[in-house]
Amino acid sequence: MTMALLVDIASWVLLSLGGAFVFIGGLGALRMPNLYARIHAASLTDTMGAMLVIAGIMLQAGASLATIKLAAILLFLLLTSPTASNALASAALLAGVRPHRNVLSKSEHSK
Amino acid sequence: MTILFGVFLLTLLVITALAIVRTSHLFAAVILTSIFSLLMAANFFLLDAADVALTEAAIGAGISTVLFLGALALTAEHERATTVKRLLPLGVVAVTTLIMIYATFDKPRFGDPEAPVHQHVAPWYIEKTPEYIDIPNVVTAVLGSFRGYDTFGEVFVVFTAGIGVMFLFSARPGNRKDSRRRPTAEPGQGLRHYLVPRVVGRLLIPFILLFGLYVQFHGEYGPGGGFQAGAIFAAAIILYALLEGETQALRVLPLRVLTGLVAGGALLFGGVGVAGMLLGSSFLDYSVLSADPVAGQHLGLLLIEAGVGITVTGVLLSIFHAFAARGRL
Repeated sequence: MTMALLVDIASWVLLSLGGAFVFIGGLGALRMPNLYARIHAASLTDTMGAMLVIAGIMLQAGASLATIKLAAILLFLLLTSPTASNALASAALLAGVRPHRNVLSKSEHSK
Repeated sequence: MTILFGVFLLTLLVITALAIVRTSHLFAAVILTSIFSLLMAANFFLLDAADVALTEAAIGAGISTVLFLGALALTAEHERATTVKRLLPLGVVAVTTLIMIYATFDKPRFGDPEAPVHQHVAPWYIEKTPEYIDIPNVVTAVLGSFRGYDTFGEVFVVFTAGIGVMFLFSARPGNRKDSRRRPTAEPGQGLRHYLVPRVVGRLLIPFILLFGLYVQFHGEYGPGGGFQAGAIFAAAIILYALLEGETQALRVLPLRVLTGLVAGGALLFGGVGVAGMLLGSSFLDYSVLSADPVAGQHLGLLLIEAGVGITVTGVLLSIFHAFAARGRL
């Protein structure tokens, strides 16, 4: 088995895992019962998914300028994406959306 | 594969467009417009139009959204329900759509090499760019030099739009009572109480400016140029204004300086054109700017791109401050 094939397989595993994380995050953002749970679902999986996808593309690109650019993009995403989630949650709190304790029973009740 | 991606993106585009039309919540509509622009940028990139994609992402998805939100802060959050009958508009839209669909039958197939656009002047540009201008990015060569008049016109459209917005907003609202306006907690304070966005934002602003400079001066070698760089510069300053408060941002770049940038960039572009005339050639011919015609073209492109960047930055920031000042009144 050649090295190139191994790298290719590793890259596709990372890409698929990243895609799965983003998909689960999307599902969580749609299905979670309240705003903060939705933010939580979307933000964590999004960061992890971005890391995995970019790592996968870096393996595809190999040792080149593209890899360095991808590393810069990854650093940027790692800084901005959690910050955006934090800002969103703070804004929601400021706007008066309170996190409830019994979220599930409450949302069931409202249905 | 590319076709598949294209169809996927276009489908999302149609869904987003329908959602924008359907929603009466204006904030949601603004965010959807931003998503629309981002999808459009991805689509442009898929069609190998990296320069256009960069512009669409920076201006359409970035700055426009901020300006829309600024406008939204001055109005109500929900669209007013209309009682007008919609049959006539529906008829007009339906007929126009049918005419447009009918017109597409005359268009060449996607990617057809025999299409008129690939037959007319494009081969000449691609063939002659290495000889006359000698830069790798043919888009910049066409935009800046071969079709310099068009770009000059575009810069003046941006310039005129900026001046127009400034005039509109400098008019005082008078005694008209505006009950819809919500009181802002502490005007001009920005996000001072939010530690995480402030720290990260401060960390990022220098790199955003650096990236703006890269886009500005790398436009001759890769995708980029004055329009995109101007939007990125403006985004960095707007981020600063959001973090530190608008008054602080005005201390960095006062309105007088901004007005100077708006006029100065356009003047620089026109000045380069006139310099070409004075040196014995025609308007916007850069070949005479230096002893070597190719070096002259390089110098001309560098200067006019700088002019474009300066004007775009100035106009976008002036519009932003105009909205912000209106909210403060």
